[in-house]
Amino acid sequence: MAEAERAPRPLLELCHITKSFQAVQALRGVSLALPAGEVHALAGENGAGKSTVVRIIGGEHQPDSGVIVLRGEPVRLSSPLQARRHGIAVIHQEPVQFPDLSAAENVFMGRQPLRAGRRIDREAMNRRAAELFERLGVPLDPTRPTRGLSIADQQIIEIAKALSGKADVIVMDEPTAALSAVEAERLFTVARGLAGQGAALLFISHRLEEVYALCDRVTVLRDGALVTSASTGEIDRDTLVRRMVGRAVDHLFPEREPGSGPEALVVRGLNRAGAFHDVSFTVRSGEIVGLAGLVGSGRSELARAIFGVDGRDSGTVMVNGVLLPAANPRGAIDRGLALVPEDRREQGLVPELSIERNASLARLGAVSRHGIVSRSSERATARRWGERLRMTVGRFTDAAATLSGGNQQKLVLGKWLATEPSVLIVDEPTRGIDIAAKVEVHSELSRLAAEGLAVLLISSELPEVLGMADRVLVMHEGRITADLPRERATEETVMRAATGTVDAA
Amino acid sequence: MGEELGPGRQLTRALVRWETALIVLCVLVFVLGAVSTAGFADRDNIGFLLVDYTEVALLALALLPIVLTGEIDLSVASVLGFCSALTGALWDAGMSFEAIVPVVLLTGAVLGAVNATLVVGLGLPSLAVTIGTLGLYRGLAYVVLGDRAVTGFPESYRPLATAVVPGTFLPLPTLAVAGCAALAAVVVHATPLGRSLYAIGLGKRTARFSGIRVGRIKSGAYVVSGALAAVASVVYTLRYNSARADNGSGLELVAVAAVLLGGVSIFGGRGTVAGVVTALLLMAGLRNLLFLNDVTNEIQNVINGLLLIVSVLVPVVTDLVSTRGRRRGAVRRPTEIR
Amino acid sequence: MTWRRRPLSGRELGIVFALLVLVAVTTAVNPAFLGAQGLHDLFLNASILTLLAVGQTLLVITRNIDLSVGSTMGLTAFLSGQIYVADHDTPVIAVLVAGIAMGAVCGAVNGALVAAAKVPALVVTLGTLYVFRGLDYGWASLTGTRQVNADQMSGQFLAFGSGSVLGVPRLTLIAIVVLVAVNYVLRTMRSGRELYAIGSNPHAARLAGIPAGKRILAVFVVSGALVGLAGVLHAAYFGTINASVGSGEELAVVAAVVVGGVAIFGGSGTAMGAALGALLLTTITGALPILGVPALWQRAVDGAALLLSISLDRAVMARLASRLRRERNARHG
Repeated sequence: MAEAERAPRPLLELCHITKSFQAVQALRGVSLALPAGEVHALAGENGAGKSTVVRIIGGEHQPDSGVIVLRGEPVRLSSPLQARRHGIAVIHQEPVQFPDLSAAENVFMGRQPLRAGRRIDREAMNRRAAELFERLGVPLDPTRPTRGLSIADQQIIEIAKALSGKADVIVMDEPTAALSAVEAERLFTVARGLAGQGAALLFISHRLEEVYALCDRVTVLRDGALVTSASTGEIDRDTLVRRMVGRAVDHLFPEREPGSGPEALVVRGLNRAGAFHDVSFTVRSGEIVGLAGLVGSGRSELARAIFGVDGRDSGTVMVNGVLLPAANPRGAIDRGLALVPEDRREQGLVPELSIERNASLARLGAVSRHGIVSRSSERATARRWGERLRMTVGRFTDAAATLSGGNQQKLVLGKWLATEPSVLIVDEPTRGIDIAAKVEVHSELSRLAAEGLAVLLISSELPEVLGMADRVLVMHEGRITADLPRERATEETVMRAATGTVDAA
Repeated sequence: MGEELGPGRQLTRALVRWETALIVLCVLVFVLGAVSTAGFADRDNIGFLLVDYTEVALLALALLPIVLTGEIDLSVASVLGFCSALTGALWDAGMSFEAIVPVVLLTGAVLGAVNATLVVGLGLPSLAVTIGTLGLYRGLAYVVLGDRAVTGFPESYRPLATAVVPGTFLPLPTLAVAGCAALAAVVVHATPLGRSLYAIGLGKRTARFSGIRVGRIKSGAYVVSGALAAVASVVYTLRYNSARADNGSGLELVAVAAVLLGGVSIFGGRGTVAGVVTALLLMAGLRNLLFLNDVTNEIQNVINGLLLIVSVLVPVVTDLVSTRGRRRGAVRRPTEIR
Repeated sequence: MTWRRRPLSGRELGIVFALLVLVAVTTAVNPAFLGAQGLHDLFLNASILTLLAVGQTLLVITRNIDLSVGSTMGLTAFLSGQIYVADHDTPVIAVLVAGIAMGAVCGAVNGALVAAAKVPALVVTLGTLYVFRGLDYGWASLTGTRQVNADQMSGQFLAFGSGSVLGVPRLTLIAIVVLVAVNYVLRTMRSGRELYAIGSNPHAARLAGIPAGKRILAVFVVSGALVGLAGVLHAAYFGTINASVGSGEELAVVAAVVVGGVAIFGGSGTAMGAALGALLLTTITGALPILGVPALWQRAVDGAALLLSISLDRAVMARLASRLRRERNARHG
């Protein structure tokens, strides 16, 4: 590696890392170099292998082959502790903390400053934590428990942890996903400061504007392989997107006439303290309405309350003119509402149950005769929707966990379509699935709308919302701040409404 | 991520293996007993060993749905104790047995409903709640009856708990247990309710998102559990012709052991009625065999305790062995490359 | 609102308050309750439960539980008796060491199954509850020694159990020393704080590199040793031992711990709280007969106290959560 002398020697280098999980090849020979003082972006679609890279650097996974070089020395990072001892810190999207312990203890766990007799020096610990928080510009009380802190504040604690451990390789795994614009900007300031002091940062994001705003260099992964690595000054946005997606982004979304049927879903004055306020909107049958907003703006909470998984404080929901009972999912299903929830594994599927049992979970009554579940009718349901959604299935008796992410998502979709709803709410329907499956989900949604289904599409991916929706609702801090027809919905108008910088439009 | 999860077929195969192993063990115990111990295989003795496990079997069937949903009920034997004490107190007070039985069954259901309120209504951990009601109900049994024993229950009813089906050696209570087990098998394995139990145990949130009434089903399981424990108390009281506050104390362990040995996962969502029934037969046979060979009750408790531990240990160990095999394979590859 | 550490938490102050009310009412009914002898007995009885509760606290903080405490205590108490049957002149210290060692071994068995085999502590210790008790009875019937009486033990041993130093019962002193030591470790040693970390969030503890398995095993051993100590002290204090000593004690211990404010799902609570819980429950037991309630109510009271405490905890948590949400909303708005 003698020719690398031109650039400063990287703090951390990954050389030809491969990693597979059973049948899935997650990384195929990925190489990456992180020099001191640089913020490096790792971009790629969901499932491209970004998380695996993070976990390997963080010592949570070990590579099958390839070498990790730290400050010029090959190292084995066999545990998170080892990685930390080598000066590597990972800040997760949703930090894992000890909710019962104080902020200072969370920062210093396992490395608390000691006094004589191996006693923890509480004063010193609190003082140093306070100093760190001060330096990061967030004056948290070091003695308060972390339970109930916002995600942004928890990330600050994680960064303080990294700083206190003298970490100089800092990995941030989609840290801004749940942050407001102000919080994200604050984080960027901190990140630039760290790089300025000689740390090497790896920043994972799929928000391109953030990549350009913060990072010096960007590496793109696709299907576990490295596609491009370039300075952010040398690669333009369109090229970057093309590299990430692997083809032109045009024609990604199916063409469709906007729906104009009768009002199928009518929400009036819905409130839930701490989640959303005074939400009213309608969705017509045959219409796809997008619901955009930052994570934490109350979108998913709204969907859950409409469906009845969560309660609501006031307001009404009507499906085809019939009022839905509050906090009663069964009642909602029986009246023609379906919700494809945001978390496939925790809310959509029972991964250990078979595919056919998952498919009939929301309509057990319908596949039963005289109170006994009919296996043949159960299987018929699974088969019918499996075929329609073009699922790749070995056997319907296999556990749902054996399916790929895309097929799992199709299974959840099929499970809900089998209830024959007239209104379908889909929350992040394409998160973490591959492009082909994504396209199929999109075309299925527009086919369903064309057949007269009313669809409320919640998504963090703006292109998806803009490409699919006839009308876009935008949420900001629990309120609907914009209702934009397709012609007026652009990245800019939506983002302005989502960040609360909306004018009286 | 689910990459670590083994394919479902392997899972089913492992479960099938577990139940096969149980059946083999069970047959082994009975064959061994018949060969080694005089009197074991006698019709009367078989009848006795079956009827002797009536209450445990009822408690185990009461526990099964609760454990399937991922919860626990350690208070079942205390419900039995309280119901038995109440039977004694009411009988002592001159109430007719016909009137006592419905009162006791209702009481059992109410005690179950108290558990349900604390676990489902208030969202408290079922382990802590039922350790508490284990003490509370047993304590209340002493409050109701003190430490005396009430005997002399009507001769006309006692045969219900002791007699055999005419012409066979099958005791009536065993027949009733078999009926309960058959009913449980249908409900658990073939009805929407049963499907819901498994779904709740394996994915509570998904179950809720799928319109399954999680709270109502769990509450119902606790109420049924209380009522079944009350049925067990009636059998117990009649069988021993004695109502005491300490009746059935410690049976919660035997019931939990039978459920877990039967292949039901303590984390919920896995297990079959057939497995539990086989485990009950195995334990009943073993108990009788040891009894005939003059092994004391205390040593039998040791064996029950060990069975409980082994039943949770075996799946863990097999799992460990199989993943270690996988991991070793994964480790070897890079070494070969080098 | 400040989060600063106070000498006693709100929960602990609450217990102290309940204690004071209970003692005042009971003394009003019968002034002997607060007499020298009454107080002496109260503290003696509370001492043994305190030792058990302090050990259990360590476990519960790490999200574990030991239901086999009563059996382990019975086994070690019986061991003390057996030692004196074998050799009437065994020095007290030898019996103490033997009892503690046996308790530690029982704890190690539980700990190994929980930490290494990853079997839930509930199931393991429910099993060993019966295994240890069965061994106790088996040992009794094997040796034909159903009961060991005071006259079979050495006078020294009995004097150790009932003696006082400067008017304070020796058992109470031992319990206080243990309590102070455990409290110290939990508050100011890294390993102590790591126990809270393990219970608060096991996944985060793993990421922080805390050797959870090792710590949990150690905690089971220490807790077992404390139970062993309690067993020997029980033998020395009561002077009569059979194989049923400590039956059902797990309920009182778990109740004391939970009443004392240790969260059953780990991560929070103090040994001090558990000790106060033990004192409160013992005082209730002592006060029941004086207040005209039959002693038979004790189990019911323990169970009810446990249920009341966890319900109270839940209510407090719900209020805290809504307060935090309000604070956050206020900060945003």
